[in-house]
Amino acid sequence: MRARKMINKTNEDKNVILNLGPQHPAAHGVLRLILEMDGEVVQRADPHIGLLHRGTEKLIEHKTYLQALPYFDRLDYVSPMSQEHAFALAVEGLLKCEVPARAQYIRVLFAELTRILNHCLNIATNAIDIGATTPLLWLFEEREKIMGFYEAVSGSRMHANYFRPGGVAEDLPEGILPEIKSFVIDFVKILKDVESLLNNNRIFKQRFVDVAVVSAKEALDWGFSGPMLRGSGIAWDLRKSRPYDVYDKMDFDIPIGNNGDCYDRYLVRIEEMYQSVAIIKQCIEKIPGGAIKSCDTKISPPDREEMKISMEAMINHFKLYTEGYNVPKGEIYAAVEAPKGEFGVHLVSNGGNKPYRCRVRAPSFFHLQALEFMTKGHMLADVVAVIGNLDIVFGEIDR
Amino acid sequence: MSSVRGISKALRSKFGKDIVETKHGSFMAFTLSKDLLKDVVVFLFEHHFKMLIDIFAVDYPGRKARFELNYSFLNLKDNTRIHLKTSVAENESLPTITDVFSCAGWLEREAWDMYGVTFHGNKDLRRILTDYGFEGHPMRKDFPLTGYKEVAYDQEKQEVVYKPVDLTQAYRDFDFVSPWEGPQYNASKKDDK
Repeated sequence: MRARKMINKTNEDKNVILNLGPQHPAAHGVLRLILEMDGEVVQRADPHIGLLHRGTEKLIEHKTYLQALPYFDRLDYVSPMSQEHAFALAVEGLLKCEVPARAQYIRVLFAELTRILNHCLNIATNAIDIGATTPLLWLFEEREKIMGFYEAVSGSRMHANYFRPGGVAEDLPEGILPEIKSFVIDFVKILKDVESLLNNNRIFKQRFVDVAVVSAKEALDWGFSGPMLRGSGIAWDLRKSRPYDVYDKMDFDIPIGNNGDCYDRYLVRIEEMYQSVAIIKQCIEKIPGGAIKSCDTKISPPDREEMKISMEAMINHFKLYTEGYNVPKGEIYAAVEAPKGEFGVHLVSNGGNKPYRCRVRAPSFFHLQALEFMTKGHMLADVVAVIGNLDIVFGEIDR
Repeated sequence: MSSVRGISKALRSKFGKDIVETKHGSFMAFTLSKDLLKDVVVFLFEHHFKMLIDIFAVDYPGRKARFELNYSFLNLKDNTRIHLKTSVAENESLPTITDVFSCAGWLEREAWDMYGVTFHGNKDLRRILTDYGFEGHPMRKDFPLTGYKEVAYDQEKQEVVYKPVDLTQAYRDFDFVSPWEGPQYNASKKDDK
């Protein structure tokens, strides 16, 4: 028994504690990862998070519903409009307000552009983590164009604050739809080029195939959603299972993986971008005219021009931007299929103009938690590939 | 929808009066005592609710059991969601559900960190989002928005130090709520306590 103890002790001595991050380019943000290594092999991985904790949920409790919206851009800052979408849907659910058809189409259009925006960044940085430089150069150029569309509609490249409860902030500027259409047509070509670089690339496959295999059962156990869940072969997408806005009028497919490894998740993301392009094209084709925000003057602000001539509009404007609006007492959970997975907002309202509690359910939080079981027994270099493949953004993990 | 009724019937026949159904517009919630929580979670897991969506707390300082814990589950087979609500007082603890759902680990850690709710059986109940050595539970309603401590770089000591929060202008929380009770305008506020 004593001998065994001694052997154990030497084994423990052999393990090295390695501190990765919080400042490390492959940590994709401020992740401090404590790794227990046996030589090159990971025995234990303990992510220390919270370095970007800004108390978003607490701050929202002190803000009116409209003031709370910009915080959602800053959660997952790679896909801002998707989070706004969840919050807007939650508030609309409590207010029981109608959203005009045009606004719904605009939202779906921009939610899908956001998906491309997010997946471009993920695939590009994931590829550069394991040594492929070119996809980054190509895909960031496309991201820049999408941010141009963001700027065109909202005036801001990243933190758009564009989706509002009751619709969107402003109508699309003239001529943007044909521009978006020509962008997606060109984008498909770029994406094909990226695929030709990566899909059958020997180095890329060596780093991705059969790395961090997650079975369907494990994926559910760890609360995976989005491409992480679909990569493990579960066909689950909120756009199909609980369609919001006009997703039920769209024709698109849900790609799923077979093996649940990093390579499958990568392929799922690539295919999702093609599907997003299909949705965007349908939106541009079908988008109706009309109002872009709820006509309820107690919820949506009046037009600038109207304010110059109507006293009532002036008062409404003033009240909306000081007092805000009272939201009926109740609770609601609204979730969207954000690019990273199920992004949910659970609102508890006490009938006032500020949320009593606003809970943010962030998909990355769950994905990062699974890092330990995914990397156990893998090499140190695989940890970097897996972190990139999880598609984590610390804005929403730390909140 | 029928499957929601099915599970609510199954829950009621198994647990009887101890479980109260409340409807929250879009979702189904069940209020139950904390002693029952573990059994109900296992029961739900066995009835296709294979995914834990979220665990979070809400603070109601006025109540005797001030923390309301909200558990939500997803059934991918029937596309149904169920929320469980249970309340705990400040010095009480809840059973962990990490042995049923692995992803509960960090969620329970977060509830502990933010609200100070303890979970017995959770082997790794460390703080998660706040700083190393943080004191207090910031999401509680009696914790000030501006906090108690701030960090600054000390030129003499050549290191980052903690010191009490010192604001040049105190935090102002304006109450913009209109005192005017219009005929329709504050219709939603009337059922407020």
